[in-house]
Amino acid sequence: MNRSPLLTLRSMTKSFPGVLANDHVDLDIYGGEVHALLGENGAGKSTLMKILYGFYRPDSGEIRLNGQPVHIRSPHDARQFRIGMVFQDFVQIPAMTVAENITLFLPDLPFVLNQASIIKRIEEVSERYGFKVNPHAPVWRLSVGERQKVEVLKLLLADARILIFDEPTRSLAPHEVDGLFQVFANLKRDGYALAFITHKMKEVLACADRITVMRRGKVAGTIKGSEATESSLIELMFGKQIEEALGRRGETPADGRKPLLELKGVNTRSEGMAWGLKDVHLIIKPGEIVGVAGVSGNGQKELGDVVLGLEKCTKGVKYLHGEKYTDWSVAQVRESGVAFIPEDPLGMAAFPWLSVQENMAMVNTRMYSKQGGLSMDWQAVRSDLQASLERLEFNIPPFYVPLGFLSGGNIQRMILAREMAHHPKLIIAFYPTRGLDVQSANSARRILSTSRDQGAGILLISEDLGELFNLSDRLVVMFQGRIVGESTPQEISMNEVGYLMTGSKGENKKSD
Amino acid sequence: MAFFRNRRMAGLIRFVGLFALALMIFAAVLLVFGKNPIRAYWDIFSATLGSSYGISEVLVRMIPLILTALAVALPSRIWLINVGGEGQLFIGALFATWGAVNFTNLPAWLLLPSIGILGFLGGGLWGAISGFMRVRGWASETISTLLMNYVAILLVNFFVFGPWKDPESANYPQSAPFPDAAILPSFFGTRIHLGAVLAIVGLILFYFVLSRTRWGLEMRAIGVNQEAARRNGISTSRYIILLMLIGGGMAGLAGMGEVSAIHGQLRPSLSPGLGYTGFLISWMAGGHPIGIVAAAFLLSVITSGGDILQMTHRIPAAGVHILMALILFVVLARRGGKPR
Amino acid sequence: MIGPFLISIFSGAIHSGTPLLYATLSEAVGERTGIVNLGLEGVMLIGAVVGFTTTVQTGNPFLGVLAAALAGGLFNMVFGFLVITRRANQLASGLALMFCGVGLSAMIGASLIGSRIEGLNEIQIPLLSGIPVIGRMFFNYDILVYSAIPVAVLVWWLMFRTRWGLSLRAIGENPTAAFAAGKNPHRLQYQALFIAGILGGIAGAHLSLAIAKTWAEWMTAGRGFVAVALVIFSKWHPIRAIAGSLLFGGAISLQLQMQARGVPVSSFLLDMLPYVLSLVVLAIWSGARRHAAPGSLGRVFQGTE
Repeated sequence: MNRSPLLTLRSMTKSFPGVLANDHVDLDIYGGEVHALLGENGAGKSTLMKILYGFYRPDSGEIRLNGQPVHIRSPHDARQFRIGMVFQDFVQIPAMTVAENITLFLPDLPFVLNQASIIKRIEEVSERYGFKVNPHAPVWRLSVGERQKVEVLKLLLADARILIFDEPTRSLAPHEVDGLFQVFANLKRDGYALAFITHKMKEVLACADRITVMRRGKVAGTIKGSEATESSLIELMFGKQIEEALGRRGETPADGRKPLLELKGVNTRSEGMAWGLKDVHLIIKPGEIVGVAGVSGNGQKELGDVVLGLEKCTKGVKYLHGEKYTDWSVAQVRESGVAFIPEDPLGMAAFPWLSVQENMAMVNTRMYSKQGGLSMDWQAVRSDLQASLERLEFNIPPFYVPLGFLSGGNIQRMILAREMAHHPKLIIAFYPTRGLDVQSANSARRILSTSRDQGAGILLISEDLGELFNLSDRLVVMFQGRIVGESTPQEISMNEVGYLMTGSKGENKKSD
Repeated sequence: MAFFRNRRMAGLIRFVGLFALALMIFAAVLLVFGKNPIRAYWDIFSATLGSSYGISEVLVRMIPLILTALAVALPSRIWLINVGGEGQLFIGALFATWGAVNFTNLPAWLLLPSIGILGFLGGGLWGAISGFMRVRGWASETISTLLMNYVAILLVNFFVFGPWKDPESANYPQSAPFPDAAILPSFFGTRIHLGAVLAIVGLILFYFVLSRTRWGLEMRAIGVNQEAARRNGISTSRYIILLMLIGGGMAGLAGMGEVSAIHGQLRPSLSPGLGYTGFLISWMAGGHPIGIVAAAFLLSVITSGGDILQMTHRIPAAGVHILMALILFVVLARRGGKPR
Repeated sequence: MIGPFLISIFSGAIHSGTPLLYATLSEAVGERTGIVNLGLEGVMLIGAVVGFTTTVQTGNPFLGVLAAALAGGLFNMVFGFLVITRRANQLASGLALMFCGVGLSAMIGASLIGSRIEGLNEIQIPLLSGIPVIGRMFFNYDILVYSAIPVAVLVWWLMFRTRWGLSLRAIGENPTAAFAAGKNPHRLQYQALFIAGILGGIAGAHLSLAIAKTWAEWMTAGRGFVAVALVIFSKWHPIRAIAGSLLFGGAISLQLQMQARGVPVSSFLLDMLPYVLSLVVLAIWSGARRHAAPGSLGRVFQGTE
């Protein structure tokens, strides 16, 4: 390729409080190519692209478009330069229709909208690229794959030439990923420039013309897609450290034991946009990890919340430790030895403005209180926390500072230490490694497998099929609030799970 | 510890600065209306802090203000916005009056605690209704407490114009006077009454419960991250109802104190917006007990000043609402609405 | 067989419902863009007193309405500065605005207490107003009554048929998404609050210029808060707000008519009707409103780094 690049980023630097997200990053993007940005979570890929799209402002650095320096101060500016971006968490408005969402994005519309003509344009473009999306449907009714297509449509209709995709495959089933790459190929043919962020090696090798690998805010290297191999990319991504594989036990020793948790025909209300559970039967025995696969929003969150007692059953019965617990409060469930490891500790588990030790005490305030609640036994809190941190081989943070002052990784470790402190019998792990760097993710996985070996039952909800196959003793697949398949990792392939996840007709394997 | 003292000093300086800014804007407003702000401020100052009687009256006004501020501050720990202090105060007064005029032959040692409990219960139930509506997802406590203020005031009017009207009081709408046994004792020959002790105890309990006890820890946890609190087994609904009950009870106690010690009978003019002023105090203080005392002192001076401005400068008493709003404006604008 | 009692209640409902409709539209515009304004009460008071003062001084009630609208819009900008630029708590800021409005209107109106004006007179539509019964029920009102429903339709059209309205609603649902789509959330929210202020000012002006024709301190008597409840009742929709305002106007009218006819029920209990009705309506409609509420109500776009 002897052409000059369409877009040049030079020495882009951006820091957030406590993190240098981009450290003098250089990048060239050419027209008619798919340029993959590869790197583990937190390597700075998204930040770089959000700067390019004007969503963040860089501390320093220069952006050139066709050799001319440009200033991009807001998404509005970026759109003027025909740059478009599909965010990782879709920036769509669920309550509005597809057409309204797209209209919102289009520049240069008259003050009074002509909806018929907009819908016609949507249909034309979706025809050309072979998407089928109903412009009148409210977005909350669409599947993740369809929402992805809406995003692409938005960019095409807004006449963007440079298209940025931030982890577009995160919640797609394998065959949907193939469909998306077909779209990429068509766009490339028409001369669009595509930047594609991912941390999945296979996808990069499948579709990228050039690959830039980022590591800790810097560019580790740029190579041609045709020359890249899995091992060369891994070396660029991680340097030396490599994801450790956790041995799964061949046989399930749990077979003979009495169930730890049992759900019989459980239904829940469907709240707003999410699916409620429908007739869910699930058994978890001590010493096994039951993995739950599914595209997010298909009832996994509700499943976890039902087990925790947060969501009430409208129908069905729940048993815990052999006792019926359908009407227990969350406090009763937690005190009986149920731990909860969330995807997003700051949102669902941590209290950033409370001190580290106060956070620890939250696991069971009753147990740590004295004189019936008039004061707290901080001595006991500290020693339990210390013991748990040591057992997990984590660093000991100061106990009196607000938890929010610690780094993200340390907050996650603190929550893990808190949840594991009292040797839980049942662990609900909710996307436990999402957003973690490789080391933290590995330690979280190790904790889960160790607890399993020590006899705990684990409900592992995850979107990462690799993680599910690696850790689980049994797998269930959820779709639209139902369990649509149950198997073991040995007996089912990832593709089969993918079909089940998306409700495709794929054979409904039931092998128990 | 020096660190904390410095931070507190900085907070105090900022507070004084913001207050001065609000005073300056209000002075400008007075100028626009052709009044002399310096004279106005001087008259307020000399009438309230210029004599021992003035000071004692400021303290008297502080008693209900501290209680109604607590009525807001306590629920605000878990992000409940209780704007119903005014209504809760009226219902507290209503309940206390019922006790006082119906059990006239009880001795003081029995009657006083009884009307105290009645006042607390009245305000508490009134607040708990809003808490209940919030828990059931029927209405936010903000809008329901606001609407219920009007209902409460009309209810008191209904009783004093109707069934409870004192037949001996000619045409004045007011209840029969309280028996002596139902009048809260006053101290030092001033109008400072036993309610002051209730306010102080309330403040101390507020501080102690929040910082030391399990319930305080759980409340702070809900305040920081409600989702995480629920997942840790803390029942937020229970706290919502409980805190609205206790908060409303505090305002009810304020109403009981006013009706028993100040008026000696139930009148529709029971409160010149004490509940709303309490809301302002709690927000100015950021819910801190010492801050509540300081802000209550300040607003006690300002609201007393409103009456003085009306008498001496022919400025409507509601005019000081502008000053109160300005103070809240600068506090809100400065802090971006953070709870602490 | 429509008795005169029912006719009075009906025309009373329209009279009392009109300021409620303007106020509800005001609140709905703000809430559609994610901002709850509890200070509407204060905005209405400012509108009422400015409209009244202007009318007294110029003798022209139409100038009064115009001044009230403008004053309401400007007064709401104070609120905008607090909650948009300073990101202050919306509920507390709204109440502060209410206090400010109460105080300011009392100061402005102090010298006007007791004066009466001719105000906005009924405009009888030729021919139509002559029809018995129907004429009195539909064609015998002041200009602000006639314009109320067209204004509601106009607000609907702005919200649902224009690019501006689409952007506004998008900000109320998800300001980050709107920003990513190239919109400027803060500017649009200021615009929405200005329009809301205009509507709130008109609501107040109708109270002082057409209904009471005098000025009294705090003459809105909580109608601003009732309007906040009405917005929920009407599911944030301008057209449904018409029905809601009529219903509440009917409650107020019923209470007035019963008092006027000496129905032996305490007037204080009757006065509670609108407030209690608001609470009951909120409770009954609570299940239906979850999906209708703007997704980001109460939050303001925090910006990106």
